[in-house]
Amino acid sequence: MNSAKRNFWLNLAALIVLFVVLFLFNSYGTEYQIRILNNMGIFITLAVSYNLVNGFCGVLHLGPNAFIAIGAYTSALLTMSPAEKQLNFIIEPLIWPLSVVQVPFLASLLAAGILATVFAYLISFPVFRVRGDYLAIVTLGFGEVVRVFCNALQSLTNGPLGLKGLAPHTNIWWTWGVAAITVILVARLINSSWGRAMKALREDETAARAMGVDPYRHLLLGFLVSAFFSGVAGGLLAHLITTISPTLFTFFLTFNLLIMIVVGGLGSTTGAVIGAALFAWGGEALRIVERPMDLGVFTIPGIPGMRMVVFSLILMIVIIFARRGVVGRNELNWNWLARGSRQ
Amino acid sequence: MDLTIFFQQLINGISLGSLYGLVAIGYTMVYGILRLINFAHGDLLMFAAYVAIYSIMFFALPWYVSFPLAIVATGLMGILLDRSAYKPLRNAPRISLLISAIGASFLLENLAVVIIGGVPKAFPRPPLFDKVIMFWGLHVQVLTIYTPVITLILLFGLLYIVFKTKIGKAMRAASKDFETTRLMGINLDRVIAVTFLLGSMLAAAGGIMWAMKYPQVNPFMGIFPGIKAFVAAVMGGIGNIIGAVIGGFLLGLGEVLIVALVPGLAQYRDAFAFVILILVLLFRPTGIMGEPITN
Repeated sequence: MNSAKRNFWLNLAALIVLFVVLFLFNSYGTEYQIRILNNMGIFITLAVSYNLVNGFCGVLHLGPNAFIAIGAYTSALLTMSPAEKQLNFIIEPLIWPLSVVQVPFLASLLAAGILATVFAYLISFPVFRVRGDYLAIVTLGFGEVVRVFCNALQSLTNGPLGLKGLAPHTNIWWTWGVAAITVILVARLINSSWGRAMKALREDETAARAMGVDPYRHLLLGFLVSAFFSGVAGGLLAHLITTISPTLFTFFLTFNLLIMIVVGGLGSTTGAVIGAALFAWGGEALRIVERPMDLGVFTIPGIPGMRMVVFSLILMIVIIFARRGVVGRNELNWNWLARGSRQ
Repeated sequence: MDLTIFFQQLINGISLGSLYGLVAIGYTMVYGILRLINFAHGDLLMFAAYVAIYSIMFFALPWYVSFPLAIVATGLMGILLDRSAYKPLRNAPRISLLISAIGASFLLENLAVVIIGGVPKAFPRPPLFDKVIMFWGLHVQVLTIYTPVITLILLFGLLYIVFKTKIGKAMRAASKDFETTRLMGINLDRVIAVTFLLGSMLAAAGGIMWAMKYPQVNPFMGIFPGIKAFVAAVMGGIGNIIGAVIGGFLLGLGEVLIVALVPGLAQYRDAFAFVILILVLLFRPTGIMGEPITN
């Protein structure tokens, strides 16, 4: 059996194992466990797509929160029933075509992804004229602009009140299904000639250009694919927590994604998955530092905000002392495992 | 809009702009030497405001002791920031440095939440800055007039250091060519420390005036002034001190006047700076006073 054929069957087997594990959790797990798994699936989608730009294209993009917000609002506005919209928009009514349409969840997710991609395309012109720190600050600015607009466009987003009472469409199959599709598509992309060109641009843009790689086209593709999946994940997130408001999509969200991909290993899809899983689990595990601790004799009061201090410290320690993160730029794949077992 | 309101807004704009300018200087100096956006620079405003508050309220220091104390403490904090978050990454890729800066910014903000709590504190404004004077039918708080004056005094002091002293010469050399400066036997760690010291002290002065202008101090108060000051630094041409101040004035004036002329845009005020940033980068990436960027 040649290695390509073997890998196909092994991949299929891994997907089936994942399916069985999720099925068992979905049937016998507690609500809390299912909730963490849902978060994990969404974080994996977000981290893998974010890592495509930051890790593989090598540009520091700080605005995924904008695309998540666009996706969340688009999908939410498309799945809400007209009656619910009327209940929500009490200050100013929702503008016309949106106030009457209602589409299935899948269609709304696709629309979320597509609209996020359109916005990514529009912003790409100023973004890719610059590099490095400037690119970081322009994308960060775009994230802020989107948030300001979410707050101000009362008749489109319901302003600071946000949207409430969304149908809880998102379940474990949606979150992990989208996560699996994202991982497979991103992995295929980075192993294609486009992906190799992106890595070449990351290592040395001048040299890559000399070899005939067009930076704009390749970075743009990475940016658009990333925005698409961020938008879809935004839609999933909206229908998981069923309430969205502009405060959900601040730079803080981007910061969390940055922690995931840095801790996992910048420039590795495996790393992004590991980082996202660690974050979803660790975020819950760290809640104990904010909760009052009862030691029997006396009680240590909980410290609000401590979790964020720990997260910031983890980010800085990883970037200063262990810049490669958990896996560095290595990928987990069957060839690598097979080599390991033969040794 | 009649002329009185226009002049009133003009004064407000100049005052706000001078604060942006003061903070922008720190960004531009650090960027000039390390090519790093010091994301935590804005949080130094918050640090200075809290030091000033606590020294006034708990140690009952008069403002003319507590403000300089806060400025010096913030300057030292800037050096500490560089030593702990940026120095270990001098030879690392730029992206790592930037991520470390973002981490440092969140760390400062959330440490403030943990230590002080997230509830906003009122800033005890000294009576000297509280007076309102009236002329030509305008009501102006004296603080609004002091702010640009103090900014200009500090700017001239800084320009003296940068252009007339030995350490200033070393700073200019380091911003032209980091490696060659090192080869000339200049202690770059000292130059960088002085850069952070001066930039952070100016940010502290800005932070204290910001806290007197908007007397609500909270752990996240530095984010917006910080980001906008960075936009001002880019507008003026990054690396250029006078450019940063001019950029700050223009940004402050623009923000205030646009809202004054078109009140419907008030909600979009915080987006204005970024729209300007995108326009500057599209049409004149080197800023108003900048030199062409060489590859």
